[in-house]
Amino acid sequence: MENSQIELLQLLQQDCRMPLEKLAVMLGEPMEAVGRMIDDMEKRGIILRYAPVINWDKTERERVEAMIEVRVTPQRDEGFDAIAKRIYRFDEVKSVYLMSGAYDLLLLVEAHTLKDLAYFVSTKLSVLETVTGTATHFVLKRYKSDGVIFEGDAQDKRLAVNP
Amino acid sequence: MDYSRYWNPEIAAVPKSGIRKFFDIVQTMPGAISLGVGEPDFVTPYHIRNAAIDSLLDGETQYTSNWGRLTLRKEIAFYLKNRYGLTYDPHTEVLVTVGASEGIDLAMRALLRAGDEVLVPEPSYVSYRPGVVFAGGVAVPIKTEESRNFVLTPEELEAAVTPRTRAVILPYPNNPTGAVIDRAALQKLRDVILRHDLFVISDEIYSELTYSPEGHASIAGLPEMWERTVYINGFSKAFAMTGWRVGYLCAPAPLMDVMVKIHQYTIMCASTQGQVAAEEALRQGREDDYADVALMRRSYDHRRRLMFDAFRQMGLSCFEPLGAFYVFPGIRGTGLTSEVFCERLLKEKEVACVPGTAFGACGEGHIRCCYATALDKLDTALSRIADFVKTL
Repeated sequence: MENSQIELLQLLQQDCRMPLEKLAVMLGEPMEAVGRMIDDMEKRGIILRYAPVINWDKTERERVEAMIEVRVTPQRDEGFDAIAKRIYRFDEVKSVYLMSGAYDLLLLVEAHTLKDLAYFVSTKLSVLETVTGTATHFVLKRYKSDGVIFEGDAQDKRLAVNP
Repeated sequence: MDYSRYWNPEIAAVPKSGIRKFFDIVQTMPGAISLGVGEPDFVTPYHIRNAAIDSLLDGETQYTSNWGRLTLRKEIAFYLKNRYGLTYDPHTEVLVTVGASEGIDLAMRALLRAGDEVLVPEPSYVSYRPGVVFAGGVAVPIKTEESRNFVLTPEELEAAVTPRTRAVILPYPNNPTGAVIDRAALQKLRDVILRHDLFVISDEIYSELTYSPEGHASIAGLPEMWERTVYINGFSKAFAMTGWRVGYLCAPAPLMDVMVKIHQYTIMCASTQGQVAAEEALRQGREDDYADVALMRRSYDHRRRLMFDAFRQMGLSCFEPLGAFYVFPGIRGTGLTSEVFCERLLKEKEVACVPGTAFGACGEGHIRCCYATALDKLDTALSRIADFVKTL
């Protein structure tokens, strides 16, 4: 992958609403070329979606989030893929990762209420025949996510005019 | 009490930094966006900060050698060889200073005799002329031309030389213009420097922030120039370490002996944790090909292009800067002086820039804008400046 593509991705990751003209200026590339790069990366599945980073805690919406560690029995020929697929089909599951270490899959799960989440774990997740154990950790507070600080001081500490 | 009877009139007559003047006004405006800063908007990379913490917890709270830690000087020597092809002996030719600023002061004090002239290409950083005066010398400004990319030409240099000229300052990459000097241009200056037996004080603090494909060239790398160059650099700009106050100065051993005396009696040594941090910056850089620097440079480069383009769009003349993190657009077309432009911009649109005149009289007609500022703030600042320019 070319450097310019990586630079473009980094800029989009910072602000995916950045206009094409501005991206082109910042990268020192013609606008058409940047447009083509974006199209190409969309087609190749490198860019999957343009989504904002949201601090839901500042909204009225009720919502619980949990990280769930899942131990599973890998299946012959399919390894972890088939079970991962069964799990990621649930709407509650926002992310699924295959992990090294003490457990196999890590899920980021979101539900409306605590009860809904408990219901998901007890009736949908734990009952899958290949799942041998789960450990649910509720998210209490989000300090930083996707490189963005949610809580705390990220202010410019420089003097306004110097030296 | 009349203190003027006691103080040294020559020192007292040195004007305060033109950059500072705006500071007091900006302080009272919480909504103001400042493009007046002269430092990175990154914090020092985590591993560097951590190295200093470890060192403190380990109880490294003592003086270091006057020269600076030998391990750091060795890293500096390796870095200079590796990056710029410069050879300095870490035992006798590298001195760790309290920022590049101390390096400038040491060079002046060691080189100048009363009344010696030092040529200062302008616009340039605010410290050179006072530094010459503090050392008992006479600063002779040379106006560099925007039409020649603010690069000192051999003709301009030649014309400024007198029998009293001792040294010339080479401030490239340049603050405030963002100008860089390439090897060919250095080569031409070299002939004049040799012919008149001048010394060179080369302030290369922004060397890592060079955006031209050819990269940075140092005059100390040219034949017969190493012998007559005091090379000054530091960690502030390249590694986002302004507050640590660590720089270094390199020169041939006999001259270094003289400079070390001043440093030894006035400073003792740069702060120990600053030195540890600097060493970590170079050690890690050696292993990962200076990834921290590359990351920051890329980010500045994006913003550089954005700023340059924005000023052109506003219809202001703007020289394309290829170094440092400043743009130096021309505002002559607005009919305002630099000072008035900046004052009104601050009062009417709450954007702080620095008048070009802070960097020498020939900076009139320009303003300095630093683009080491968060992108959203830059956008806001640029649209406010555009609005302001439209009203003129």
